[in-house]
Amino acid sequence: MTAPATAKIETFDCRQAFAETLVEIAQSDPRIVAVCNDSVGSSNLSAFQKLFPERLVNVGIAEQDMVGVSAGLANGGFIPFVCGAAPFLTGRALEQIKVDAAYNALPIVLCGMSPGMAYGELGPTHHSIEDLSWLRAIDGLAIVVPADPAQTRAAVRWAAGSGVPSYLRIGRTKAPSVTADDSNAFAFGQANVLRQGSALTIVATGILVSRALEAAEVLAGRGIEARVLNISTIKPLDEAAIVAAARETGAIVTAEEAMTEGGLGAAVAAVVVRHAPAPMRILGVKGFAPTGSATFLLDHFGLNRDGIVAAALELKGS
Amino acid sequence: MPASSAPASGGTILDPLPAAVDAAERRDRLGKIATEIRRSVVEMIGRARLGHIGGDLSATDTLATLFFAVLKVDPGAPTDPNRDRLILSKGHCSAALYSTLSLRGFFPTGDLATFMQPLSALNGHPNRRKVPGVEANTGPLGHGLPIGVGSAIAAKLSGADWRTFVVLGDGELQEGSNWEAAMCAGHRALDSLTAIVDRNRLQQGARTEDTNRLDPLADKWRAFGWDAVECDGHDHQALFEAFTAPRSGKPVCVIANSIKGKGVSFIEDRVEWHHKVPSPEQVERALKELAR
Ligand SMILES: Cc1ncc(C[n+]2csc(CCOP(=O)(O)OP(=O)(O)O)c2C)c(N)n1
Repeated sequence: MTAPATAKIETFDCRQAFAETLVEIAQSDPRIVAVCNDSVGSSNLSAFQKLFPERLVNVGIAEQDMVGVSAGLANGGFIPFVCGAAPFLTGRALEQIKVDAAYNALPIVLCGMSPGMAYGELGPTHHSIEDLSWLRAIDGLAIVVPADPAQTRAAVRWAAGSGVPSYLRIGRTKAPSVTADDSNAFAFGQANVLRQGSALTIVATGILVSRALEAAEVLAGRGIEARVLNISTIKPLDEAAIVAAARETGAIVTAEEAMTEGGLGAAVAAVVVRHAPAPMRILGVKGFAPTGSATFLLDHFGLNRDGIVAAALELKGS
Repeated sequence: MPASSAPASGGTILDPLPAAVDAAERRDRLGKIATEIRRSVVEMIGRARLGHIGGDLSATDTLATLFFAVLKVDPGAPTDPNRDRLILSKGHCSAALYSTLSLRGFFPTGDLATFMQPLSALNGHPNRRKVPGVEANTGPLGHGLPIGVGSAIAAKLSGADWRTFVVLGDGELQEGSNWEAAMCAGHRALDSLTAIVDRNRLQQGARTEDTNRLDPLADKWRAFGWDAVECDGHDHQALFEAFTAPRSGKPVCVIANSIKGKGVSFIEDRVEWHHKVPSPEQVERALKELAR
């Protein structure tokens, strides 16, 4: 994590790792199909389409149909990876996700591409900042937010074999890798402790994880040792890791590229108030964004190193 | 701004057309206006390095005809309750809408330079809370027609005579919400409603007919209780006639057969130009082709 200040840290768009892994597993498992909504390019499915043209079902610009069709494919023995821009997949097809996928308990993998504010200047219609909130309310739907390519690859493999409906939030905004050892990048339902500390815990998900690590570095410089938890499974949440963090560090800052109502922060708070009440700050998106690039908007909402540091200092009263 | 010669019937070329012009002058004047809109679109997207140039250029003649020869709107009173309503359902073509609105006087043309810049009112998709003349915040495809149906019902309920026009993409018609709205409008005989399909036969990643077939498109609308007409989507007189033809108690669908990227040779009818951005040299070339 301590690259020399001059070295440029490599950053990743997770869609490539997603698409490569999907092709790999499709090669050995004929049940894998991809379903999309005129989104072959934006979901990086060109290679999949070349190799398995008949296993790519492009239903056109029709998200409700896309999820319903996937339920039929799952009923017929296939494992559909449903690939579309996260706002339209989860927003337009929400009831199909609830009923056709979750209530039917079918192994459909909903792949929300370019989530959060990745579409920047295209504006709130194209931002997927509500997905964590509205999908968390759906019974039996697993929610996974990989933070980097290694986690993405592992999450795709897990989802294909899980047998349950799941939502994978596949990031597009470039961020550094947070995985030290690819062999245990991701275990479903488990938080990764990326940094030990006892003064407070920063609980982050997705592209906020690398920013949490940067914040911890700054805090360490001020004598505050922060623990950093990467929550890549939002649902079911690793309650034990949250309770331990609350008990052992006594204060929690959460950070996510999503609305603060109902997302990661809300999920963590529900566990904390019940099992180990501790002061918290919930960082996230605060409403429809103004015009700006993805990075501009992350800064605008304080979803960066300095924003996390400020929240931590406020919690620690210093 | 263009310093072109004054039109025969007076005013400047960017004034809305008087009702009395003949077909030849209407064609001439709307053609010049459309060129200004196209030039503005190319400049905005070239500057922002973002945008949906293909669909902007295919819908330009429809927007020019509506705003400069058909719609009863007043840039000085953009929320006049009796105004005609124009809903751009294919909201990704905001650059064409913003250019048209500003050339029509809804806001200063100088603002167009802020397209997609931080904190600009001119987002990638239109926002009625920030931009005068925008009726609906669109972007996710398949929202405009239901809103248009509601607007037509509202006119009926108020005993008002405003008309509602909705500009749709053809790929967009794959969204089921359009057909729910079409059925509703047909059932209710909403003859103040006009749906205009920008039939450029391309969507984001491929041709519409190779993705999810739409033809026979006019027959589909007729089956839903609409009158449907087809016309050349770049012939301003033909568009004008289609938009203003007398009604027969049914909503009207105008299928405007168009070319995605119309007006710039290297962009025309190429799927990759859905949201590709022209290089500075390509912007120069495009502006040369779009000579005044
Ligand atoms: C609900 C929804 N799904 C997907 C998209 C992504 N998208 C933006 S434009 C577009 C293609 C639109 O094609 P068409 O309606 O034919 O417009 P045009 O070719 O005129 O630009 C797609 C798929 C979207 N904006 N909304």
